Amino acid sequence: MSFHTLSVLVENKPGVLARVAGLFSRRGFNIESLAVGPTEDESVSRMTIVVDCAERPLEQVVKQLNKLVNVLKIVELEPGRAVERELLLIKVKADPALRYQIIELAEVFRGKIVDVAPESLTIEATGSPDKVAAMLEMLEPYGVRELVRTGRVALARGNRGITDRVLRVPRSA
Amino acid sequence: MKVTGAQALIRSLERCDVEVVFGLPGGAILPAYDPLRDSSVRHILVRHEQGAGHAAEGYAWATGRVGVCMATSGPGATNLVTALCDAYMDSVPLVAITGQVPSGNIGSDAFQEADITGITIPVTKHNELVTDPARIPGAIAEAFYIASTGRPGPVLVDLPKDILQAATEFTWPESIDLPGYRPTVRPHAKRVREAAAMLREARRPVLYVGGGVIKAGAHEALRELAEAAQAPVTTTLMARGAFPDTHPLALGMPGMHGNYAAVAALQEADLVVALAARFDDRVTGNLATFAPRARIVHADIDPAEIGKNRAADVPIVGDIKLVLEELVAAYQGVVAGQGPGDTAGWLRGVNDWKERFPYRYDQQPDGRLKPQYVVERVSALAGGDAVVVAGVGQHQMYASQFFRFSRPRSWINSGGLGTMGFAVPAAMGAQVGRPGELVIAIDGDGCFQMTAQELATCTVERIPIKVFILNNGHLGMVRQWQELFYDERYSEVALGFDVPDYVKLTEAYGGVGLRCDRAEDVDATLEKALGVEGVPTVVDFRVDPHEGVFPMVPAGRPNDEIILGPEFSPEEQAAATRREVRTG
Repeated sequence: MSFHTLSVLVENKPGVLARVAGLFSRRGFNIESLAVGPTEDESVSRMTIVVDCAERPLEQVVKQLNKLVNVLKIVELEPGRAVERELLLIKVKADPALRYQIIELAEVFRGKIVDVAPESLTIEATGSPDKVAAMLEMLEPYGVRELVRTGRVALARGNRGITDRVLRVPRSA
Repeated sequence: MKVTGAQALIRSLERCDVEVVFGLPGGAILPAYDPLRDSSVRHILVRHEQGAGHAAEGYAWATGRVGVCMATSGPGATNLVTALCDAYMDSVPLVAITGQVPSGNIGSDAFQEADITGITIPVTKHNELVTDPARIPGAIAEAFYIASTGRPGPVLVDLPKDILQAATEFTWPESIDLPGYRPTVRPHAKRVREAAAMLREARRPVLYVGGGVIKAGAHEALRELAEAAQAPVTTTLMARGAFPDTHPLALGMPGMHGNYAAVAALQEADLVVALAARFDDRVTGNLATFAPRARIVHADIDPAEIGKNRAADVPIVGDIKLVLEELVAAYQGVVAGQGPGDTAGWLRGVNDWKERFPYRYDQQPDGRLKPQYVVERVSALAGGDAVVVAGVGQHQMYASQFFRFSRPRSWINSGGLGTMGFAVPAAMGAQVGRPGELVIAIDGDGCFQMTAQELATCTVERIPIKVFILNNGHLGMVRQWQELFYDERYSEVALGFDVPDYVKLTEAYGGVGLRCDRAEDVDATLEKALGVEGVPTVVDFRVDPHEGVFPMVPAGRPNDEIILGPEFSPEEQAAATRREVRTG
């Protein structure tokens, strides 16, 4: 498995998500996670896609994505040069005897307890991919009732933004 | 000024210099048909929307202009899907305009509602559902721009009925702003120089020419390069006519049913210069064993094709006409400094293959009529100035193999999708685009039955195409595979020769129907057919169903396993498999 994170700027128009998802599906590219939302420019959305490049090389994925008219720009965010985060909500089995252990673990990972029930605790945590993986590993032995993940989002480190000069000078008809 | 959305649509088509639209009206698209009556745009009423789509394709192939088709919502639109998929696979510039149910009804399973934009996302370059009548001119202008630039392709514009009926201002866009669509046209000079240097160094180069060379109008630059470098040229099924078949450097068609010399040259080449071609599986056979000795220069306008199937040593993104022109100049520059390359021995070897392993068939004077013979006679009597259109199957392969092509845009067929039924409507569209010229469709009996109703359109609109059916009473290509790979266990391939009676059917459609089943009658029949004016002509050529298309590389096998076929002796086959390059 070889995961790569792509930050894709797309026009904020109906159907664009379906176009991108459809492209991945019919070309056999595997999506590990996909998160999408508006950017600082309301005509532009950002998709953060984690691609499993075991089957097809990343270059081919990027080139096919670029062919979509609604795709404005694609940048690969390499782990060393980007801030990557994911939000996790996890409902863990917690009978009264073990409850404090789980609360301690949550604190270690700077998670918050957002729900308490007689036999479970729900923890909210954000973190880098490594941190999220580590926390899941620690909590699994207690029994995970349910969990939901947003998928990775990421921004490149440094001054520049990829939305710079994305919407360029028009050409003649 | 105030217009309806429908008037804005028709006016936009006029602004895009549309000469003809192939279409069929219906409820949702009805508002558009009113201003059409008064327009300079000619509308040709077809008998099936698929016919409109293929006709638009044939028109685009024949003229290089964007083909336009129009249909109503629901089933009208879905009937266009095959043609859109075909245009997508073969990079044909098309704009399809579909009606849609009123905006308020979208998503409610309304009468004749279909999510055509959803359905055609995978088979169009781009599409759009217009939600504001003021957007119509922009949507149409952009559709034509996207369809005709970069790698050409089909674009669909979906227009809800209420949008067509609404009042709006007509404002033609002064500029087109598509920040996500910026095709690269100018090639990178350094890459071109690298390619030129490699070409000069190569002792066994092959120019592998794809359909893009014709689309870009690059055939003259291609010829200059081939002659300057003395490199042999193979033209794919999509590129037949890009290089004259009679030229000494012409190898013919590569691939599954290609000429032995072309297939062998690619396998022995030390340099393959891929020019607007895409390493399609019909050409490469088993990819891992394709062109095993060659370095690759790959030039194409679509960067996604480069490196998709085969890694390129020198990738060049750009318009192939510019690439070829710059490559010629760069090559001459290299030669000025280092002297010419040396391919003389290679050319002797390649010509030796051409002589020893040509396409071969055996037409006995009293024997059953062979399809290859019919094609050769058509080529001899009518080939020079004709536009030839084919369906899909054995007849298509024979047409591509045995026709001597000399000019671009003289060969039209469905390559990537391989759509049976393509020939008659596409020939119709081609004739409309090239009035006064001879347009010939070489069709199969299976294919003909799929779209023959467009003969009615041809008669009514005075589109005098000639259709030569190579009637072998079977789905010939499928029959061939069952013979070779399924132990002659024929399953569902027998159509019968006589149902329908093609002569009577043609007469019912208002055309001239002829029949021929003997070799000695072929020329006279063709002369008679070529003499018919004003209405379509169909000739039912009764041919031998036992003929197969050869050579053949079975699907997925290495090109080294090329089978010459029954007209060659085992010794000749062994020699072909050994593939000696006789350079002396």
